[in-house]
Amino acid sequence: MGIELILIIILVFILLGSIIAVEIRDLLSAVISIGVVGFGISIAFLFLQAPDLAIVQIAVEVVLLILLIRATIGKGVKTTHAHINWPSLFLVVILCLGFVGFACVAFQELEFGAPVTANNPQAPTNYYLKHGLAETGSANIVTSVILDYRAYDTLGEATVLFTAIIGALAILRGRARKKKGDKE
Amino acid sequence: MNGMSPIVQTVARFAKVFILLFGIYLTFTGHLSPGGGFAGGVVIACLYILLTLAYGKKSAFKYFPRKAASGLDSVGALIFLLVACLGLGFGGVFFANFLERNYPGASFSLLSAGTIPVNNIAICIKVASSLFLVFIIMAAARVIEKKDGTRDFKQDEEE
Repeated sequence: MGIELILIIILVFILLGSIIAVEIRDLLSAVISIGVVGFGISIAFLFLQAPDLAIVQIAVEVVLLILLIRATIGKGVKTTHAHINWPSLFLVVILCLGFVGFACVAFQELEFGAPVTANNPQAPTNYYLKHGLAETGSANIVTSVILDYRAYDTLGEATVLFTAIIGALAILRGRARKKKGDKE
Repeated sequence: MNGMSPIVQTVARFAKVFILLFGIYLTFTGHLSPGGGFAGGVVIACLYILLTLAYGKKSAFKYFPRKAASGLDSVGALIFLLVACLGLGFGGVFFANFLERNYPGASFSLLSAGTIPVNNIAICIKVASSLFLVFIIMAAARVIEKKDGTRDFKQDEEE
């Protein structure tokens, strides 16, 4: 069984899961259908030889799923009242067909599992693969890129996460902070 | 938020050590095998979320108070920045790998790659505490639907 067939099966599952997540009435079932999308993407990463991304994707997916389920099991937000909206359904069908068509073209043009950069000797990937272990001492080339060659990007990413947490803590806190002289 | 059934609590009690070990393993061997600080941090955050769901909020806060979480969040970011500035001081470039240049370790061993494991640990601390904070914030906030159909945003009392 070729890797293309596995990827096509995973893509069909992802499409079905996202359509069900949009159309279903129960919010909890919608969240669980979204989980199909995340875990499918994780397995696709694993088959495309990116285990780093697969581990991160599956761990974040678990946290995200728990958070979304926890947020939806509140009082009064269990079901939504959706009626069929024909224009948007038409749009959804067109988008799905476009996605499938793009996938068909991609599966015919690209060879999965083969490094694309072999055709282009000037690509920086070749430099990292050749000199990464000698220059940084890290056996995992992905880590040597994200924490040595491109560590500045990782600093920006950490700053984004930090700022998001500060914003959430400031907005969603229980009560406003009072100064000493203030009254109710 | 109250705890769950005794079955869940028992399984959580046995599983928590292994989950913590797996997170630490992913973090410390991030420069040798797939994994890294982000994945390890998310796994450790998962552990605290599991404890919060199984034992309830008060018991989880005993392990990992909210103030400690927000402090560790800042500490992780500051360690990362400190390593970057030390690279500027000792190696001449921002984020220079000065430890690997001066004390090169044997390849494929745990003590190699200079500043990369340090950065991995810093990112692990930061991601674990910030994801736990996100969960606590989201768990405390509720949307309540009133009788006349409007919705209200309410925050549970903390601690």
